[in-house]
Amino acid sequence: MIWATIVMAIREIRRNSMRSVLTTLGIVIGVGSVIAMVTLGRGATAKITADIANMGTNLLIVTPGSERRGPTSATAPALKLEDAKAIEREVNAVAKVAPISSRGALIVYGNKNWSSTVTGSTNDYFVVRGFTIATGQSFSDAQLQGGTPVCILGETVRKELFGPQDPLGAAIRVGNVACNVVGTLASKGQSTFGQDQDDFIVMPLGAFQRRIAGSNDVGSIFVSASSDKLTTKAKQQIESLMHERRRIALGQANDFAVQDMKEISNTLGSVTGALTALLGAIAGVSLLVGGIGIMNIMLVSVTERTREIGLRLAIGATGGEVLMQFLVEAVALSTLGGALGILFGLTLSFVATRLLKLPFTVVPDIILIAVGFSATIGVGFGFFPARKAARLNPIEALRHE
Amino acid sequence: MSSGTPGANEVAPLIEVLNVTKVYGQGESEVRALDGATLRIDDGEFVAVMGASGSGKSTCLNMLGCLDVPTSGQYLFRGVDVGKLDAHQLALLRRNYLGFVFQGFNLLARTSAVENVELPLVYRRVGAAERRRRALRALDDVGLGDRARHTPAELSGGQQQRVAIARAIVTEPQLLLADEPTGNLDSARKVEVMKLLVELNRTRGITIAMVTHESEMAEFVSRTVTFKDGVVAWDSKSGEPPPPRSVRP
Repeated sequence: MIWATIVMAIREIRRNSMRSVLTTLGIVIGVGSVIAMVTLGRGATAKITADIANMGTNLLIVTPGSERRGPTSATAPALKLEDAKAIEREVNAVAKVAPISSRGALIVYGNKNWSSTVTGSTNDYFVVRGFTIATGQSFSDAQLQGGTPVCILGETVRKELFGPQDPLGAAIRVGNVACNVVGTLASKGQSTFGQDQDDFIVMPLGAFQRRIAGSNDVGSIFVSASSDKLTTKAKQQIESLMHERRRIALGQANDFAVQDMKEISNTLGSVTGALTALLGAIAGVSLLVGGIGIMNIMLVSVTERTREIGLRLAIGATGGEVLMQFLVEAVALSTLGGALGILFGLTLSFVATRLLKLPFTVVPDIILIAVGFSATIGVGFGFFPARKAARLNPIEALRHE
Repeated sequence: MSSGTPGANEVAPLIEVLNVTKVYGQGESEVRALDGATLRIDDGEFVAVMGASGSGKSTCLNMLGCLDVPTSGQYLFRGVDVGKLDAHQLALLRRNYLGFVFQGFNLLARTSAVENVELPLVYRRVGAAERRRRALRALDDVGLGDRARHTPAELSGGQQQRVAIARAIVTEPQLLLADEPTGNLDSARKVEVMKLLVELNRTRGITIAMVTHESEMAEFVSRTVTFKDGVVAWDSKSGEPPPPRSVRP
């Protein structure tokens, strides 16, 4: 009987195919947008998380200045190489420590020049940031200690200045400083924020301070915690160490900041998560509107088919069977809408992720939820018209014009 | 529907209407559609129920068809008191023992003749193959075996009514109720449909109760019952001569 009812419902839907498609449109758009929103949101979250992980493993960044920016913060004293050494020596939860100073510079090779960033640091910088040497080698101890003007090129700089040529051993000019290329880095590509992570060159910190910056300040210190469980502990240890070293009294505001990239990643993740939920909820409202559309059409259908209902009741259909028939029709309509909506939503999010360069991941649970929700809407909004049909008086229904 | 079968009481007449009243509305607007009607119909009869509009004949047919229940009095179908059944039991009674033919045919539009005829069998939970077989046979019985795939729009009025009759007899009902079955047809088709009903009554032994206001249709039937003011005013079975025509305005 249920099978016969389903067959009957499908026949009824096909009989009014144009109207059925228009009726389901609300559900199609509702389910489609829920799926598109959630898929895009998940993609964005995955991308942000991956990008932040890509910046370096278990990365902590120590910078001078207060965490709160504003007019109240007086100029904080700069970090020194000794701070980095102290962290390395005294904080046991860290694996690698890289003091960093950076500055924009025009880099010239032959008749080509490229405006980029020059960073002074140690070999630990590559480890902390997750760069690998593609060709040549990292800095030797002598180069690091003697402050020899050598450099390792990021992929973008290499490409721009050398193209197909081999850059190893070539002499380039960084600002006013002549410098030999000893290695190149493997590409990491773009970060979340659209930055080209490969557009820079690295020099030994000593050489950078003496020849380019002209001071022995350190801009920031990149620290990698020894495991991802220890980032919070490492952060606390670094903070208390820096408290001592910078002589900050209890209750006084910090004049430095320790940023935990995992925290930032979590914060960004929860922000995009909340945005996804919000957009999903808005899309969910359209699903509700789609349900009301189905109820509308089912009510019209019941009125239109009053005589048919009267006939069915006369030849022996029970009220329950008539109710079931209209309910199954409503559910079939909304499920059809749900199925079309899945196609629509997946297509939409596939195209959008391609355009936004986000990863496309099918989220099976949201598809199940959307289908379940649209079927529920069919039952919920189909029930009222179906009950109306089932309660018709057969004599009056048969007389209906 | 065991309560609808006669059980041991094989002699219970098919239909017994005992002093039935049917009142619509209340107070000032009260209408006494039936006012103490009594009627008995036995198996194999072909009864024409006649009367002026408002005489109660349609109310009586709705009652016989278990679409309505008496306000007072008793309607016994094979000895079962229909007035004591709930809506669900009434539906089962209609499903299992009754067939309906209407003035307006009431076929499902854009649905083939054979599927229309199958409809009552769907509610009887007959399997698809068996349903199709029986529906085609019923269409053969009404002479439309070659029109099984046609939709109502592709059939003439007379053919549509024959499809409706096939739909009514496909369940082999104990009682076939016809409400002005010839009302929407031209005279040639009227005769065609009446002859079909008479043939079904004679050869298949189907009991038929038919409401009509056309006195010429009474010529086809075995018995005529005339309603007036909610009671049976004349019954051809009683042997009395029919009342004078001048009674009708």
